[in-house]
Amino acid sequence: MMPRTRFWPLLAFGLFVLSLPLLAGYLWLLVSAFSFQVHGLKPMGGLTLEHWRFLLEPIGQRPPIGRVLLNSFVYALGVAFLVVLASSMAAYALSRLAFRGRGFYLGLVLVLHAFPAVSLLIGIFYVLQLLGLFDTLAGVILVQASLFLPLGIWLMKGFFDAIPWDLERAALVDGASRWIFFLRIALPLVRPGLFALGTFVFIAAWGEFILPYTLIVSSRAWTLALYLQSLLGAVDLADYGLVAAVGLFYLLPVLVLFLVGQRFLLTIYGGGVKG
Amino acid sequence: MRGFRVELQQLSKRFGQVEALRELSLDIRPGELVALLGPSGCGKTTALLLISGIYRPSAGRILFDNRPVEHLHPKDRDIGMVFQSYALYPHMTLRENIAFPLRLKRLGAKEVRERVERVATLLGIAELLERRPAEVSGGQQQRAALARALVKEPGLLLLDEPLSNLDARVRLQARTEIRRLQLQLGVTTILVTHDQAEALAMADRIAVLAGGRLQQYDVPEALYRRPANTFVAHFIGDPPMNLYRGQFTPEGLVGEVRWPLPSGGRPPFLGEGFLGIRPEDLTVVPAEAPEGIRGRVLLREALGREVLLTLALEGGGQVRALVPGGAPYRPGDVVGVRYAIEALHFFDPEGRRVGNGDAPVRGT
Repeated sequence: MMPRTRFWPLLAFGLFVLSLPLLAGYLWLLVSAFSFQVHGLKPMGGLTLEHWRFLLEPIGQRPPIGRVLLNSFVYALGVAFLVVLASSMAAYALSRLAFRGRGFYLGLVLVLHAFPAVSLLIGIFYVLQLLGLFDTLAGVILVQASLFLPLGIWLMKGFFDAIPWDLERAALVDGASRWIFFLRIALPLVRPGLFALGTFVFIAAWGEFILPYTLIVSSRAWTLALYLQSLLGAVDLADYGLVAAVGLFYLLPVLVLFLVGQRFLLTIYGGGVKG
Repeated sequence: MRGFRVELQQLSKRFGQVEALRELSLDIRPGELVALLGPSGCGKTTALLLISGIYRPSAGRILFDNRPVEHLHPKDRDIGMVFQSYALYPHMTLRENIAFPLRLKRLGAKEVRERVERVATLLGIAELLERRPAEVSGGQQQRAALARALVKEPGLLLLDEPLSNLDARVRLQARTEIRRLQLQLGVTTILVTHDQAEALAMADRIAVLAGGRLQQYDVPEALYRRPANTFVAHFIGDPPMNLYRGQFTPEGLVGEVRWPLPSGGRPPFLGEGFLGIRPEDLTVVPAEAPEGIRGRVLLREALGREVLLTLALEGGGQVRALVPGGAPYRPGDVVGVRYAIEALHFFDPEGRRVGNGDAPVRGT
């Protein structure tokens, strides 16, 4: 709940001023995407949909936008699905099952979480090359998913830890195996966590640039981030109107998802399960 | 429904260095309701989890109808269990909760529906079946948990503090109801509780546990009248028994208090030991009476039907006496205390009961 104090307008104004540089950036994006030219934030020469031509025809040698959009969705959804699947199972095991090396493993996962992914890039390149997954979407999805796993496992472990032991005992007495308990009782109970993690990872993967940039060469596997980068770093002079339009286009799904999914995300940032 | 005969033989459980349960042996007859009673940490819940198969015993055997089950998975033991927290699955309706054990047995939809409705009717929650646990009261949740435990028609019902989350009024009612249902169904039942009133009221027999060890296993009256040791003597009965350490002489006890025996009485042994007497076995009389001991009223607590007096004895020490509600004694009054020799409990220096005599049910 918002604190209803008399300082509230002052606070809001302060936050607005602090966010101004960022807001200006978004405003530029919006204005540029629909203007022939901009000076500062001022549109020159009227409005146009000319920059949105990329929706209808390929730009230069680049693949059609539909293909790139599909790749992006496959990438982000694939990563989110893998992370949710693997971390929920791993987290249940770490939360509930006693096995040798459990404490060590938990510590290891935490250390991995703190590990900068970029430092692994060369190593990952070799491994993917060896597995024949270099320059494929599947390869980057695997890498990206595994990099999110430590976060996912710790997050989901928190949710599983909150399930009372008595529920698990009751299920065992009722005739369930651990596996049935996991599928029919535990998973439904941590559903807010699954949604939260899935949304979070989807958004993060959608915005990921460095991994696809390093591990994908051919344009048929491009994601939107690579498409956008190719426009910026083009040999020909960058067309900023086009860049802005693609950027805005790139932003839209995340914006929608955030509006729909912010309820779930709050459970991560707020750290609480509400039944 | 037919209940198992349950035998525990030298059942033990260690957690690392901690011995939670030491060589518990119990024999429970088919259809009997046995309470495991003790303070928290006494091993009673551990015992229940061993019987249910959630814990594996470190040693000892568990037999259901002469069949060893200690190696069996909980689902193969044919038991139902009610937890203190009820442990209803929060995302399922009561119907789905109660049907869960039957679904896992892969019974047909029609049979599941019939059995769920039968047990729900028996427990008076048939109208609530489409609600979720959070949408019904504590008492109704408790019934739903009981329904889920009974719907399988198990040979053994395990109740882990099933009443302690209910408020006092509902608890009394639920107590009667569970017992009535248990007798009606004839299911062997083990009830874990720390509440002696609950155990005394519901159980055919009570096993008193302390420090992971069985202290006494007997019918409620026997626990009350012939406590096997000072622990049981002090634990059973409310207000608790007056217990004194001292030396027994031919005339009585000399120690924390001087406690003479009524004329003609002799202690069963001499030397060190404990003397016990229940507050309700003491008769308080005006001070001029010649026999017994004398004391001064320190505290008067009205309990409704009766009054609990705390007396400072003349030779030192205190004693608590339960007297009828109309008793005129006030703090500061000097009174006499009388008791029958049969009302005295004697324990050896290790706290074990000496003598087999019955204490009277009620004071003279």
